[in-house]
Amino acid sequence: MTRPTPETLAHSARRARPGAGAAGDADHAPAPRPGAAPAGNRAVPAGADTTATPVRQSATAQVSGAGSLVRSLEALGVDVVFGIPGGAILPAYDPLYDSTVRHILVRHEQGAGHAATGYAQATGRVGVCIATSGPGATNLVTPIADAYMDSVPMVAITGQVARPSIGTDAFQEADIQGITLPITKHNFLVQTADEIPRVLAEAFHLASTGRPGPVLVDIPKDVLQAPATFAWPPTLDLPGYRPTLHPHGKQIREAARLMTAARRPVLYVGGGVLKAGATEGLRRLAEQTGIPVVTTLMALGAFPDSHRQHLGMPGMHGTVAAVYGLQKADLIVALGARFDDRVTGKLDSFAPDATVVHADIDPAEIGKNRHADVPIVGDARHVIDELIAAVTAEQAAHPAADLADWWTQLDDLRARYPLGFEEPSDGTLSPQHVIKRLGEIAGPDAIYVAGVGQHQMWASQFISYEKPNTWLNSGGLGTMGYAVPAAMGAKVGKPDTTVWAVDGDGCFQMTNQELATCALEGIPIKVAVINNGNLGMVRQWQTLFYGERYSNTELGTHKHRIPDFVKLAEALGCIGLRCENAADVDKTIEAAMAITDAPVVIDFVVGKDAMVWPMVAAGTSNDEIMFARGVRPAFDEDDI
Amino acid sequence: MTLHTLSVLVENKPGVLARVSGLFSRRGFNIDSLAVGETENPDVSRITIVVNAESSPLEQVTKQLNKLVNVLKIVELDPQVSVARELLLVKVRADRSARAQVLETVGLFRARVVDVAPDTLTIEATGTPDKLDALLRDLEPFGIKEMVQSGTVAIGRGSRAITAGPALRAA
Repeated sequence: MTRPTPETLAHSARRARPGAGAAGDADHAPAPRPGAAPAGNRAVPAGADTTATPVRQSATAQVSGAGSLVRSLEALGVDVVFGIPGGAILPAYDPLYDSTVRHILVRHEQGAGHAATGYAQATGRVGVCIATSGPGATNLVTPIADAYMDSVPMVAITGQVARPSIGTDAFQEADIQGITLPITKHNFLVQTADEIPRVLAEAFHLASTGRPGPVLVDIPKDVLQAPATFAWPPTLDLPGYRPTLHPHGKQIREAARLMTAARRPVLYVGGGVLKAGATEGLRRLAEQTGIPVVTTLMALGAFPDSHRQHLGMPGMHGTVAAVYGLQKADLIVALGARFDDRVTGKLDSFAPDATVVHADIDPAEIGKNRHADVPIVGDARHVIDELIAAVTAEQAAHPAADLADWWTQLDDLRARYPLGFEEPSDGTLSPQHVIKRLGEIAGPDAIYVAGVGQHQMWASQFISYEKPNTWLNSGGLGTMGYAVPAAMGAKVGKPDTTVWAVDGDGCFQMTNQELATCALEGIPIKVAVINNGNLGMVRQWQTLFYGERYSNTELGTHKHRIPDFVKLAEALGCIGLRCENAADVDKTIEAAMAITDAPVVIDFVVGKDAMVWPMVAAGTSNDEIMFARGVRPAFDEDDI
Repeated sequence: MTLHTLSVLVENKPGVLARVSGLFSRRGFNIDSLAVGETENPDVSRITIVVNAESSPLEQVTKQLNKLVNVLKIVELDPQVSVARELLLVKVRADRSARAQVLETVGLFRARVVDVAPDTLTIEATGTPDKLDALLRDLEPFGIKEMVQSGTVAIGRGSRAITAGPALRAA
C-alpha cells in the first residue's frame, strides 16, 4: 500500500503563480456565484442574478473570443470546469490559464462529462465540461445523453474547426451540433465572437431553468481567435422558451379534492422534486395528508427512507409494498416523475384502478405514457406549496377519507416482504452485506454514487437515504462507467462531504482512469468495487431468462485477477485495499473512512450468484412481481 | 389515422428545420408534406407540416415540438376554417395532335402553361391536394414526362393572424 505523493496539484500551483486570477484589470474578478436565475427573467442572464451580493457593473472590454468565453464563465459564477484541451479548443485554454475558474484536467472526455453531471447533481449548480472538436466532442456524447435522460443541468463547451473548414471533412471535424441534436435540451454553433457572452448566458439559463438538461455550445477555432467585444451582462434572446412554473389553480384544487377523498392514494415522487428543491414541502404534504410515499430511483433522498410513510422505491427492483401500493392505488399523485417503463412495468396493466394526478414542469411528460386525469404543469416546489394550501382548505371543508385500511394492508406487506437477502451458501462474501454496512458506517451525510447494474440496485435498496442529493446515479440512460467520474465531480462540488462511489467490476473498468485525475488534483473520493467477477446484472438475466448460459459475462477479475484492482488503484495514485470475507468488511470500510488525503479503492471480492430481488421481469406486469426466485408475494386473494 | 395540418412558427435561424424534421422521425411520425418559408417578419419562418396521426400521439409530438427552443408557436389548422394550397409543375406530352385537348384540360382547372416545347407543355397549377390529383388524373393519358409538387401551405380564414403575439414580436 503506497501513499500517493502527487508532484503537482495543478490547481494550487496555478493559484500560487503570480498574476493568476488578478490579471491586472478590476473587471477580471469573478462575479459572485448566483443561484439559478428565475425563469422568465429575460433581461438578465443566470449569472448576473444576485440579490445578496453587489451586482457586477456592466462592463465592456476588447478581448479575443476565447477571452470572452472565459470571462463569461467567470461572470456566470463558474468555479470549476472539467476538460481536456486539443487543437480547436486550444485558444480557450490560454485565457483559462490565468482565470479564477479552476480547470480540472481529466483523462478522457467522458470523465469530464460525468464529472460535470456529478458536480451538478451534488450541488444543484450547472456542471461544465470542455472538449476539443471531433473525437473530443464525440467522447462527450455519452455523458450528454446521460444528463439529458436524467435532466441534469450541464453545459458542454466544444471547440470546432474554423468556420471556413466546416463541412470539408477537416481534421478532427465532427458535426457535434447535429450529433447532439436529440440528446440536448438545446445546442448552439457560435457564429461570431461578439455573441459568445449572450450564447453562454443563454446556455446556462436553458440548462438550469424549467426542466433542466444539457446544453452544448460549439465554438469554431477562428471565432475563439477573433477579436471581440466582451459586454456583460448580455441580453438573452430566447423568445420561444417560456417554462411554466406556476400551476393552474383549478387543477390544484381538483388534485387536493381527490387527495382528500381517495381511500388508497399514493404519492409517486420522481427526481423533479429533488431538482426543484421541494423536499421539505413534500414532507409537509405527506404528513398533512397521511398518504404513503414512493420515491423513484431518481428521487431517493427526496423523502427520508426512515420515514414511516415511505414505502420505498417502486419499479423493476422496488419493494413489494411500493410496487403493490402503486398497482392497487385508487389515486396516484405523480410529482416530477415520468411513468418510466422501469416503474410501470407493462403499461396496460399498470395501476388499473388509479385516477392519475400528474404534475411535471415538462408538459410533454404529462400523458406521454399514462393518461393524466388531472394534468398539472409547474415547478414541483410551487406545485407542492400550492397543494399544501389547497389540501388544508379541503380538509377544513370535508373530512378526509380514512386511510387506516390502506395502511393496514401496506404495513402487512412491509412486514411480510421486507427488503432482504440471503447469505450465500458457498461461503463467498455477500455483496448486499458489503453495501449495507457501507451505508451504515458512512452514514446519511455521505454522498453515494453508483454505476449501473446489480450494485446500483443494491445500493438503492440497502443504503438508507435520508437527505436530498446524497444519491447519484445514471437512472435513465443506465451508463456503466458513470460512478468514478461522477463521484469526482460530486467531491469537487462538495469537498467537505464524504463521497463513496459504489461501482461494479465491469463499470469500474470503463472509467477508472479518472482516479489519476482524483489523485493529482486532490479529490479524495472513495470507491467500493463490488467485484463479483462478472457483468452481474446481465448474468442475472442469463440465469433467469437464458437457461444459465453465461455468454460473455465473465470478466476474469476473480479467476485471473486481471486487473488486480489493488495494484491498479496504486498505479493510479490511490490507496488500494481488498476485502474478501465478512469479518473484514467493517474494518476495511473504517480504514477507508480514515483516509482523507487520497482517493481509496476497496476491492470487495464478492460472490457471483447473488441476485437483485424483488424483480418485475422486463415487459411483464407489476402484478407479476417476484419477491425472490420462484417466490411470488401472495396478495391477490385477500385484499381489496 | 387522419391528416393534420400544423403551422409551426420558428425563429429564422440555421438548423431549425433539421430540429423540427428530426423530431418527427425520432418520435416515429411520418411527415406527409412539409413547406417552409419566411413570414411577414423576416426573423420568423413558418413551417407547414401535414402529418398522418391519431390525435393523442399528435398531441405528444406537438408538445415535443413546443419544447424546441427555436419554436415560437404551433397552431393546428382546422380544414373547415382554413385554406390549404399546393403548387404543381408538370411536363406533359403534347404534340400537335394532342395540344388542343391538353390546353382544354388546363383551362378547365384554371391552370397555366408556363413553357412550350415542340412536343411538350409545362403546366403550373395551384390548388388543394384533391384538385391537383384530379388534374393529374386528367393529364395522365397524354403522358406525364416529369412533375414536381410543393408541400402544402395553409392559412386560417378570417382576419385573425396566428403570427400576432408578444413572443413573435420579440423575435
